[in-house]
Amino acid sequence: MKIVNLSRRDFLKTGTIAGGGLLLGIQIPRLGASETGVTSDKTFEPNAFVRIGSDDSVTLIINHSEMGQGVYTSLAMILAEELECDWKRVRVEASPVAPAYNNTLFGIQMTGGSTSVKSEWDRLRNMGAAARTMLVTAAAADWSVAAEECHATNGVVIHSTSGRHATFGSLVEKAAAVEAPETVTLKDPAKFRLIGKATRRLDTPSKLDGSAVFGIDVRVPGMLVAVVARPPVFGAKLKSVDSKKSKAIPGVRHVVEIGRGVAVVADGFWQAEKGRQALELVWDEGALADLDSVKEGVMFAELADKPGLVARNIGDSDAALAGAKQTLAADYEVPYLAHAPMEPLNCVADVRKDSCEVWVGTQSQTLDVMAAARAAGLAPAQVKLHTTLLGGAFGRRAVLDSHFVVEAVEISKAVKAPVKVIWTREDDITGGFYRPRYLHRLRGGLDAEGKIAGWQQRIVSQSFIIGGPFASMLVKDGVDELAIEGASDAVYAIADRRVEWHQAPNGVPTLWWRSVGHSANAFVVESFLDELAHAAGRDPLEVRRELLKDQPRHLRVLDRAAKEAGWGKPLPEGRARGIAVHASFGSYVAQVAEVSVSKRGEVRVHRVVCAIDCGPIVNPDTIAAQMEGSVVFALSAALYGEITFEKGRVQQSNFHDYPVLRFDEMPLVETHIVQSSDSMGGVGEPAVPPVAPAVTNAIFALTGQRIRRLPIDPKQLAG
Amino acid sequence: MIRFKVNKEEQEVTISPDTPLLWVLRDTFGMNGTKFGCGQSLCGACTVHVDGKAVRSCVTPVSDVAGTAITTIEGLDPKLGGPLKDAWIAEDVPQCGYCQSGQIMAAAALLRENASPSDADIDEAMTGIICRCGTYQRIRRAIHRAAKATSEVAK
Repeated sequence: MKIVNLSRRDFLKTGTIAGGGLLLGIQIPRLGASETGVTSDKTFEPNAFVRIGSDDSVTLIINHSEMGQGVYTSLAMILAEELECDWKRVRVEASPVAPAYNNTLFGIQMTGGSTSVKSEWDRLRNMGAAARTMLVTAAAADWSVAAEECHATNGVVIHSTSGRHATFGSLVEKAAAVEAPETVTLKDPAKFRLIGKATRRLDTPSKLDGSAVFGIDVRVPGMLVAVVARPPVFGAKLKSVDSKKSKAIPGVRHVVEIGRGVAVVADGFWQAEKGRQALELVWDEGALADLDSVKEGVMFAELADKPGLVARNIGDSDAALAGAKQTLAADYEVPYLAHAPMEPLNCVADVRKDSCEVWVGTQSQTLDVMAAARAAGLAPAQVKLHTTLLGGAFGRRAVLDSHFVVEAVEISKAVKAPVKVIWTREDDITGGFYRPRYLHRLRGGLDAEGKIAGWQQRIVSQSFIIGGPFASMLVKDGVDELAIEGASDAVYAIADRRVEWHQAPNGVPTLWWRSVGHSANAFVVESFLDELAHAAGRDPLEVRRELLKDQPRHLRVLDRAAKEAGWGKPLPEGRARGIAVHASFGSYVAQVAEVSVSKRGEVRVHRVVCAIDCGPIVNPDTIAAQMEGSVVFALSAALYGEITFEKGRVQQSNFHDYPVLRFDEMPLVETHIVQSSDSMGGVGEPAVPPVAPAVTNAIFALTGQRIRRLPIDPKQLAG
Repeated sequence: MIRFKVNKEEQEVTISPDTPLLWVLRDTFGMNGTKFGCGQSLCGACTVHVDGKAVRSCVTPVSDVAGTAITTIEGLDPKLGGPLKDAWIAEDVPQCGYCQSGQIMAAAALLRENASPSDADIDEAMTGIICRCGTYQRIRRAIHRAAKATSEVAK
């Protein structure tokens, strides 16, 4: 790989706006052991990702957002491995927004799709190796020895024969004068010292003493706090505003109309919130004023009565089903889901005459900068965006219209002051951008030997891709690939299979939600396959093994999960196991869930055994953490998650009626990483899809009740 | 004017008495370690100690804490907080980290009352604090570890 020697300072020049010059009382994430870099008078900045100080500090600049998935550690590990620096001296800084920091898979700066490690693996290894090569070259020249006789280790360059050595910090000036190498030699993976070893996260200490800076913690001088009254029904338009009572509340400074509602701007959150409650607003509620989840379900079912766009068609499923000895038909449904990250959405913006500065926990920097520029009436080069830590995201902080940034920019521009917009939990739960609702209609056949003979699957869901900026990449023949992923591309060896898709009308804003289409589709595929297995009187594991005999990565995780979970071995009375396997985001995950059901129908998940093959691994402890997190996230949805509408209004508002998994409900999650040298996949999302079907398949094994609708209704299981 | 102690320092505020303690800490004092998660005492991200007891600051009017001593994550006694933080690091607990101030404050209140809590004790003390990232099982291990470390020091 050719190394482009771009100085990070050059990016900063183009990314930085002239003027403004605020002195801020905050520090954007700069995490890690060493704080000594602050005192470095000289630095070596070989590329956009590495900065070495004359005091031996090593600052690694990370372009993916840290939202809990551990990238500030795993990406730093990749750089540090090749750089051969002292890990104890590494600290991490959030990158600015610049083309050099674009996600190599997306072409824009964006964190998502479980791509962080996969997209940076080659680049960061090369960046680290280039920096190391330059340091070694500088030392060798200084000693008048051949560079081949020198090597770097633990932050020191050593001349092997003489034993001479120099720390990286002592070499910064000389290394800065070395030309960047055209090519570099990467380390032999067998010699990795960091990559592949369980490594503690660099960001942990700051998250234990209140010093970590999330977006909501940003304060800039003169800043006001705003909350926004948004439409009570999606698509409603404001008819009139009476802000007299609101403005009378002490601390309320401004009430301003913006594109998405009415903002109350005050000295602090509480005053703003009281001001919002005092607003008298009249809305034209528009087309969704009568939106009702029950009626919407009927509409989805009517769509499912008609043929949809063909997303996949193999063999002749009509003939196969006509000739089947037995056929099964089932409808499966999953609801809208809110992401509900623990940190409610927020954004700080400071719009000046010729500049706009934004501080935000975002997954989507490039789009946010463009949207902020449009909202501010400025050029993108006049916008400076600082990425803070993200208090969870799960997709909610990568929005195609950048609405939570645009709101802040519009308000700051209107009131001519820096403004922090804070969403309440109610704003978050009722604010849309949900995982789309789905209806699946299935028919499956079994032949005389109990083998699957024909599979038809008609999917109804909305699309947030069609008509948006990613449509050209993700829509094929009218079908939104994110809507059908995990269903159309199922790899079970079923000779005759057809998958169709209907786009349900839009209106309710929808969005990617951790594991996107897989979150719905894997539940359906893995459940219906289980139905067919049971109908054939066969072991669901054996049916999967048979249908996946040409899929070695699926098979490896399936077998590993089954073995570790003790599949087939007796369990205490009142417990049963269920199994599911699914590939997504380039990784393969199988899970065995162990459940019990109370007399009142309450489901308890005791244990989830996960086996993952994600190819080469960076930080195994992060992988385990992502398995644990995925189980909690998916189980929250399977047991409780549901956004519904009546009279156009969202019926849920906070954690009392949109419950999530709590401490005492946590199953024991075990992670088994299947060693693999196959292609690299992601780890943030792939363990979400199999959770619900592993649990509901276990419920069937225990109770004979097939769960075809999420969240699981205890009434179906009571008694 | 309402007076109380925060992390051993005397503080006084002149503010609408219904203002939740959370927003006095965050907006008035600029102490950002205590987090806003739900505003309804449902998630526990805002947990602080008022006279040693774990309290949800998002629903506690500041007038209610007049004359009390408040401890936030920034001022947690190292004797209590040190072993907890060490254990949190050893178990690599946090993911996004947003709820962790509340988790640690709840765990500290538990360990102050109960030096060697059982799993059931931990469930009871920690169930009010939501983590969306799924760090619960690591928190459980960390609390046991901190309890063990503290009792070994006491021996």
